Amino acid sequence: MKKNKNTRKVTIRKAPFIAIFIFFVLGAVGISLGEPSRVLEQATQICLSCIGIG
Amino acid sequence: MEFIRKWVQALFFLITNGYWSFPVSRGIYQGPLKVICSPGLNCYSCPAATSYCPLGALQQLMGGIRLALENGQFYVGFYVIGAMGILGSFVGRMICGWACPFGLFQELLHKIPSPKFGIWRPLRFIKYAMLLFMVVLLPLFAVDAFGFGQTWFCKYICPAGTLEAGLPMIILQPGLRASLGLLFLNKLVILVFFIGWAVLASRPFCRTACPLGAFYALFSKIKLVKLRLDTDRCTNCEACHDVCPMGVHFNESPEDMECISCLACTKACNFNAISLEIGGVPLAGQAPYKPPNVQLE
Ligand code: SF4
Ligand code: SF4
Repeated sequence: MKKNKNTRKVTIRKAPFIAIFIFFVLGAVGISLGEPSRVLEQATQICLSCIGIG
Repeated sequence: MEFIRKWVQALFFLITNGYWSFPVSRGIYQGPLKVICSPGLNCYSCPAATSYCPLGALQQLMGGIRLALENGQFYVGFYVIGAMGILGSFVGRMICGWACPFGLFQELLHKIPSPKFGIWRPLRFIKYAMLLFMVVLLPLFAVDAFGFGQTWFCKYICPAGTLEAGLPMIILQPGLRASLGLLFLNKLVILVFFIGWAVLASRPFCRTACPLGAFYALFSKIKLVKLRLDTDRCTNCEACHDVCPMGVHFNESPEDMECISCLACTKACNFNAISLEIGGVPLAGQAPYKPPNVQLE
């Protein structure tokens, strides 16, 4: 039987899901350590060095 | 597609810079949304910024790591790296092509009529050195007498910070002008340099110096949403070379770390050899062969 050249085997790539999971866990660990409050504290103050002064 | 991309870029610009009462408040947004990571390079000291810049936050955390640990606080960057990594694992540098305000700014500059030039490809490695040294190692290890590291990339290089935060803040808060000195001049020169270069060449900052682009580039092989090349259809006609804003030769390097998934090459390819996939699954079934636009005399 002639094989249809347009029929392609779809292989699901696992690597992106593993990477998403790892970084999700990392982020969750950061949240459990209270890091978001530190980030928020920094982001709500004017960073003088960012604007070329400090 | 280019039309849609421009609208998405504009939308992300507005979402990440949605605090429009700054001319009245004369300060930056200080609300709870700033706990959310901006996908693209967007200075969080920009008066309109509504989210945090991952590079700025990471440098601040690296610089303050000693003091935090001494106080029993394990603020070592997991939250920020986690957010950056999730974004990178999903779409990688597609963020550069679709969601970064500074990328959009450079694209608009490049539309200014002028002679156009390429960029010597080896210069792309500079941005990885920026990421390693200016964002991680120097803030972490070059500390002052109190154990504090500096935000090296923000302080000495970032042209987005000068444009989005430095210039607006010295307009909004005249009191800051007295503190301007060599540091500001250095940053202003860098900004002007990249503005001029962006007129002459496509996205020079993204291609040579951006540590955030460098970070997302690390996901080029494993990101969920990516472009793929159908080698059966590709005729190596090199039409994709001419349209790429990042100097990628897609037919030679389909997982190139410079690719920002702008999709310009998918449109340029007359043989429909380039398509988008999600986790290995083609986004929409492979389009049929499109005959090249040849005109007979
Ligand atoms: S390389 Fe940097 S500046 Fe360029 S689009 Fe990506 S994040 Fe934005
Ligand atoms: S390779 Fe294609 S999708 Fe990637 S940046 Fe170049 S033109 Fe855009």
